[in-house]
Amino acid sequence: MKLIKFLLLGIVFGIVMAKSEAISWFRIQEMFRFQAFHMYGIIGTAVTLGVIGVALIKKFKIRDFHGNPILFFPKDKSIIRYLAGGSIFGLGWALSGACPGPMVVNIGYGFLSMTVVLFFAIVGTYLYGVFMKKLPH
Amino acid sequence: MRELITQTWSWWFSGAMIASIMFFLLYFGQSFGFSSNLRTICAAAGLGKRTKFFDFNWKAQIWNLVFLIGSIIGGFIAAQFLSDGGAVQISAATISDLNKMGIAAPVSLQPAELFGWDAVFSIKGFLILAFGGLMVGFGSRYAGGCTSGHAISGMSNLQLPSLIAVIGFFIGGLVMTYFIMPLIF
Repeated sequence: MKLIKFLLLGIVFGIVMAKSEAISWFRIQEMFRFQAFHMYGIIGTAVTLGVIGVALIKKFKIRDFHGNPILFFPKDKSIIRYLAGGSIFGLGWALSGACPGPMVVNIGYGFLSMTVVLFFAIVGTYLYGVFMKKLPH
Repeated sequence: MRELITQTWSWWFSGAMIASIMFFLLYFGQSFGFSSNLRTICAAAGLGKRTKFFDFNWKAQIWNLVFLIGSIIGGFIAAQFLSDGGAVQISAATISDLNKMGIAAPVSLQPAELFGWDAVFSIKGFLILAFGGLMVGFGSRYAGGCTSGHAISGMSNLQLPSLIAVIGFFIGGLVMTYFIMPLIF
């Protein structure tokens, strides 16, 4: 029962991603070609509200539903892993038109061929786990 | 009234909903990051026995797998009850650019040239989907997050690493769009 709230949030997430068309390969192409504002509007709005909300949480030391303080952990300092990892991610994002969330939303939507993309994304994650020690971080 | 739901949802409403989901997850003591699920799936599959990166208490991440199941259901609900099956309304410039690569104007959300079964069961089409997925999975873990973890959660917390990752997303995306895709399509 504790998990049902996450199921509901996931459902809302899936609906929003589908109805905003952020799961569409066409929209991702349009974004990378800078030919429409739509995707930038979605991410820009989310980040703008996110920055304001996170600042308010920190300022007023807002607690979560369990009564614990909401903490934000700074990410490890590095350039190479974010730039190299991010670039590899970007190559795949533009080619398949889907980041991990939209992959599964697409499967629910009925684009079952996206299971191929999802399966290989899991394989890619596994390969990172195997070779991580050999990569610059 | 029904049209308000079946049409494309506006960027501002969609963006606000995504920020709300992030805040609800924070309120419930978790954080918004979808690609972690891929690592959790590897751990749940028992790969931690061979590879240390997958040897962690993945059961603490079940909430995120439940969120993943929810998003599949959400996609299903959107397709079955909230859509009229129309084509995605991308700009004329994009349609024209894609036409030059042999990809027809949209008739649904996804191009049949990539996601139709004829494409999936061709060697080239299969490799496109496989390599796309492989790079997303590998890259998101190498970068420590994807669009949700870095672009939304990390940038909301003004994390410089997340900004660098997002710059990386665009370097990779632009190289693929302008230099590699014209060679493969």
